[in-house]
Amino acid sequence: MQKEYKTITEISGPLVFAEIDEPVGYDEIVEIETPSGETRRGQVLETTSEYVAIQVFEGTSGIDRNSSVRFLGETLQMPLTEELLGRVLSGSGEPIDGGPEIEPDEERPIVGAAINPTAREYPEEFIQTGVSAVDGMNTLVRGQKLPIFSGSGLPHNDLALQIARQATVPEEEDGGDDEGSEFAVIFGAMGITAEEANEFMDDFERTGALERSVVFMNLADDPAVERTVTPRLALTTAEYLAFDKGYHVLVILTDMTNYCEALREIGAAREEVPGRRGYPGYMYTDLATLYERAGRIEGREGSVTQIPILTMPGDDDTHPIPDLTGYITEGQIYIDRDLNSQGIEPPVNVLPSLSRLMDDGIGEGLTREDHADVSDQLYAAYAEGEDLRDLVNIVGREALSERDNKYLDFADAFETEFVQQGYDTNRDIDETLDLGWELLSELPKEELNRIDEELIEEYYVETEAAQTAD
Amino acid sequence: MSQATATETTSEGVIESVSGPVVTAVDLDARMNDVVYVGEEGLMGEVIEIEGNLTTIQVYEETSDVAPGEPVANTGEPLSVDLGPGMMDSIYDGVQRPLDVLEEQMGAFLDRGVDAPGIDLEKTWEFNPEVEEGDEVSAGDVVGIVPETESIDHKVLVPPDYEGGEVTSVESGNFNVDETVVELDNGEEIQMRQQWPVREPRPTVEKETPTTPLVSGQRVLDGLFPIAKGGTAAIPGPFGSGKTVTQHQLAKWADADIVVYVGCGERGNEMTEVIEDFPELEDPKTGKPLMSRTCLIANTSNMPVAARESCVYTGITIAEYYRDMGYDVALMADSTSRWAEAMREISSRLEEMPGEEGYPAYLAARLSEFYERAGKFQNINGSEGSISVIGAVSPPGGDFSEPVTQNTLRIVKCFWALDADLAERRHFPSINWNESYSLYKEQLDPWWRENVHEEFPEVRQWAVDVLDEEAELQEIVQLVGKDALPEDQQLTLEVARYIREGWLQQNAFHDVDTYCEPEKTYLMLTAIQHFSEEAFDALEAGVPVEEIIDVDAVPQLNRMNTQEDFEAYISELKDDLSDQLREKY
Ligand SMILES: Nc1ncnc2c1ncn2[C@@H]1O[C@H](COP(=O)(O)OP(=O)(O)OP(=O)(O)O)[C@@H](O)[C@H]1O
Ligand SMILES: [Mg+2]
Repeated sequence: MQKEYKTITEISGPLVFAEIDEPVGYDEIVEIETPSGETRRGQVLETTSEYVAIQVFEGTSGIDRNSSVRFLGETLQMPLTEELLGRVLSGSGEPIDGGPEIEPDEERPIVGAAINPTAREYPEEFIQTGVSAVDGMNTLVRGQKLPIFSGSGLPHNDLALQIARQATVPEEEDGGDDEGSEFAVIFGAMGITAEEANEFMDDFERTGALERSVVFMNLADDPAVERTVTPRLALTTAEYLAFDKGYHVLVILTDMTNYCEALREIGAAREEVPGRRGYPGYMYTDLATLYERAGRIEGREGSVTQIPILTMPGDDDTHPIPDLTGYITEGQIYIDRDLNSQGIEPPVNVLPSLSRLMDDGIGEGLTREDHADVSDQLYAAYAEGEDLRDLVNIVGREALSERDNKYLDFADAFETEFVQQGYDTNRDIDETLDLGWELLSELPKEELNRIDEELIEEYYVETEAAQTAD
Repeated sequence: MSQATATETTSEGVIESVSGPVVTAVDLDARMNDVVYVGEEGLMGEVIEIEGNLTTIQVYEETSDVAPGEPVANTGEPLSVDLGPGMMDSIYDGVQRPLDVLEEQMGAFLDRGVDAPGIDLEKTWEFNPEVEEGDEVSAGDVVGIVPETESIDHKVLVPPDYEGGEVTSVESGNFNVDETVVELDNGEEIQMRQQWPVREPRPTVEKETPTTPLVSGQRVLDGLFPIAKGGTAAIPGPFGSGKTVTQHQLAKWADADIVVYVGCGERGNEMTEVIEDFPELEDPKTGKPLMSRTCLIANTSNMPVAARESCVYTGITIAEYYRDMGYDVALMADSTSRWAEAMREISSRLEEMPGEEGYPAYLAARLSEFYERAGKFQNINGSEGSISVIGAVSPPGGDFSEPVTQNTLRIVKCFWALDADLAERRHFPSINWNESYSLYKEQLDPWWRENVHEEFPEVRQWAVDVLDEEAELQEIVQLVGKDALPEDQQLTLEVARYIREGWLQQNAFHDVDTYCEPEKTYLMLTAIQHFSEEAFDALEAGVPVEEIIDVDAVPQLNRMNTQEDFEAYISELKDDLSDQLREKY
C-alpha cells in the first residue's frame, strides 16, 4: 500500500499537511520526496478521511507543494539484533560509523508497549557506582530510572561516564569475566554539541566500552524533530537486549531538555493549547512513555536502568522539564553550581537528591547493616550544618555554640572529603560507609539519634575531639 | 470490564479522524458515555461528545495504525464496572480489566484489543442465603453472604435499581457469578454479579456526620491532623516529598475494612511494590493478610491516558459497592493531578475552551463530584457504611496556588501539606505542621477521650502550642543565633526539637516505627511533656539549659518510637528523667 500523493496543502514548521483519498493510519510512517530528489521521513500525527498532518523528522526545509508523499502502511520500527553492540547510529537509527548495513533479526515498533505492573519485578539489586554521593546517599539499583539534574556548563557528563565505567554489582566481582560481559550501555544523544559527543566517544573508545555499547547520535545541528524518535529507538534497543537477550543495560539519555524543546516546537506548530511555560499539556505523559521503559520483568534475565541527563534552564528545578521528570523518575541526582565552583568533583548536592528505590536495595546482605542509618544521619547532620551557614554569615562563628560549630565543621568535611573524590576514584561501599563514620564520629555520640545504638557501639570512631566535648 | 460480555451492538459507524486517544466517527447512533469498540481491532472507547452526525470518542487503548474508514460499533451501554465477589485481592487497569489475566493472555507487555471481564465468570463461590422463600426484599437488601477472602464476607445485595418483591426461590451452595441465586415474584432475578455505571453514584439514604477517626497509625496524622471515617483529605506536595509513601502507609495501616488503592498515572514499580508487599503484611487489627481486604487499580503514567481519566471512577464505584454492604472503605488516589491532566489532555483534543492553565472549565465540578462520593452514609438497606477519600495532589513546581490544589482544598476537610524542605533534611513524614489542618479535630475528640485517654486533646494542644512558639522563636534565631535567647526560650526550643524528632518523625521503613497505635502516640507525647515540666522546674531551680539537655535520659526521647514494649520503656524513661533532673538541684 504505497500510494503516492502530490497533494501537500500546507507546510508549517516541522509539519506538513496533505490531502488524501484513501485512509491512512495514525502514527504511520511517511516518506516525502523533494523535487531535488531528497527523501525525508515523517510520521502521521493526525489522520482524517480527507487530510493528514505529518511531522517530518529531518525538518521541512526544501519541501514544497510539489513534493510527493508516500505512506508506508506501518509505524516506525527499529531493526534489532545483538550485532548492534559496538555500532554508532544516527538519531534516526541509520549507521554512521561506516560499518556494514544492519541485518536485523527482527523489527519492533519504537512506541513500546507498557510493562504490565503485575509482570514487573521490584528493583532491589544494588549497583555500586564507586561514587560516594551516589552509593552512600542515593543508591542506584538495577532497573531504576535515576536522572541527573544539572545546568549548562556543569560536569554532568563526567559523572555519567564515571558511573558507566565503574558500575558493578558487587557479588559479580568474584563471579568472573563472563558475568561482566552481560553489561551493555546504550547512549542516546539528543542535540548535544559535537564536542560533548566526542567526550563520550573518546571515553568509550579509551575504555573499550564501545564494543558493548550502542550509540544513537543526534547532534545540535541535526534536525530537532528527529530528537523525538532518538530515545525511542534507544529504548527499543535496550528492551530487546535486556528482556530478550539477558543484558543488564544502562541507558544514558542526554540531553532531555533538547528532547522537550522539540516536543514544544511540534506542539506550537500544531497550534495546540500550550501547558505551563509553552510546553505541551501532554508532556508528562510523553516523558512517562520514555522513563517508564526502565525496569525489571519477572522471569527475565536482564534489566533496563536509565540515567537521563537534563540541564535545567536557569538552574530552576521548578521548570517543567525537571519538574515533570522528577514526578516520573525514581529520584534524581543534583549537580550543583556552587560546589562545582569550589572544585568539588563530582559536585553533587545530596540534600535535594534522592533515590526512591534505595530503601529496598540496601542493608544487611545487600550493602551493609548500617547503611540506612548512616545515610539518614549524614543527611540530617549536613542539613543542619547547611542551615547554620546562613546564620554564621550574620552573627559570626563566635556567637554560635560549640555544638553548632561542630555541625559547621561537619558540613565542610562532608563536602571536601565525602562528596569530593575525583572522577577516577572508585570507592567501594565499605570505603564509602567507613568514610561516613569517620565524619560522624566528629560529632558527639548523643547527636547520632538516627542511628541504632548497637551500630554506634560497633562503628563509632572514638576521637579526641569527641572526647573532649563530653 | 463488563463490556467483555456484551457482544451485541446497537449501531455501527465509521471512523472519520484519529488524533492520539481521540477518535471521531460518523453515522454512529450513540448516547453520551456509551461504550464503543473502535476500529478493526475493537479497541474500547467511550462517547464523550456528540455534534450532529459526528461522535467523538476517547479510546482506552493505544491508537497507532488505526485509520479513518474503519468501523466503530456501539454497545449501547454506559461505561460500567462488574461488581461481585473476587474484587478483593485483585489488580485492575483503569477500566477494570484484571491485569493478571491480561498478563496470562499477552505476556509481560500490555498489548491492545484484549478484553477480560472484571470478575471471573467461571469461578464458583459459596452462596449462603440470608433470605427465605416468602420474604419481602427491596433494593439494596442483603440476600446472601459469600466468603470472599479470609477477611471479607461479601454481601450479595438486591441491585439498587431493582423494584424488589417477594422471594419465590432461593438457592444455597456453589455457583458462578452469573447463575441466579434468588428470584422474586415480579420476575427479577438476582445473581452474585451486578453492574453499575461508573460515573453515577450508587444511591444512599443520607449522609451523616462522621464521628469516628480513621486511625492511620501515623503519629502526625492521628495526633495532629486526624481524618474521620467518611472524611476527605488531600496530600499535596512536590515530587519526592512523600505523597506515595503516606498513601501506602494509610493503605497498610488504616483501620478500614476495605481499601481501594488507585494508582492514577504514577509509576509502575510503585504498584509492583504493593503487589509484592501486601500479601506478606498483616492487618494489625485482624492479623489477616492485607491483600485480602485490598483492591488495586493501576493505570500507570505510560498506560493510555483515557483509561487514566476513568480509573478514579472505577475505584470509587467499587468503594461504594462495599460501602453498601456496611463496610468502612478507604480509597486512596495517587495522584489526582494526573487525573486532572488526563481531563485536560482530552479536553484540549476536543478543542474545548480552556480555563485556568489549560484545564477544562469543568475541572472544579468534576473534583467536587468525586469527593462528594465520600462520606459516612446511611445505606438504602438501613446499614451504615463509609468511604474515606485521600487524594494526592502533585502541583507543578510544588506551587500550591495552581488550579488542582486550589480546587481540591475548597472541598476536602483535611489538608496534609508536604514540605520539600523537611523532605530534604529527611524529616519524614514531611507533613508541615504549621500549614496543615484537619477540620475533623473537634468532632473526633470525644472518640479520643473515650478510647485512648481522657486528656488526649489537652496534651495535643500543649504540643501545638510549643510548636507554634518554636516557629516564632526560630524567626529570631535566624537573626541573632540561639545563644542570644533567654534560657527559658532556649529550653522551649529543645522541647520543640524533641516533639519534632521524637514524635512527629516516623520512619515508614522501620519494622516497629512504621505503625504506631493511638495509645503509643499519646504516651510518647506525655513523655515529652513530662520532660518539659521537669526541665522547667530544674531551670527555675537554677540549672543551666546546657546541663539539663546533657542528662543521659534526655536523648532517649528520640528512641521511644522504635520500642515494641513502649509502655514499660516510657514509664521507665519518665522516672529516669525525673530522677536525673532532680539530682541537678
Ligand atoms: N514516612 C517516611 N519514612 C521514611 N521515608 C520516607 C517517608 N516518606 C517519604 N520517604 C522518602 O521519600 C521518598 C519519596 O517519597 P514518595 O515517593 O512518597 O514521594 P512522592 O511525593 O510520592 O513523589 P512523586 O510526586 O514524585 O510521586 C521515598 O522514596 C522515601 O525515601
Ligand atoms: Mg508518588
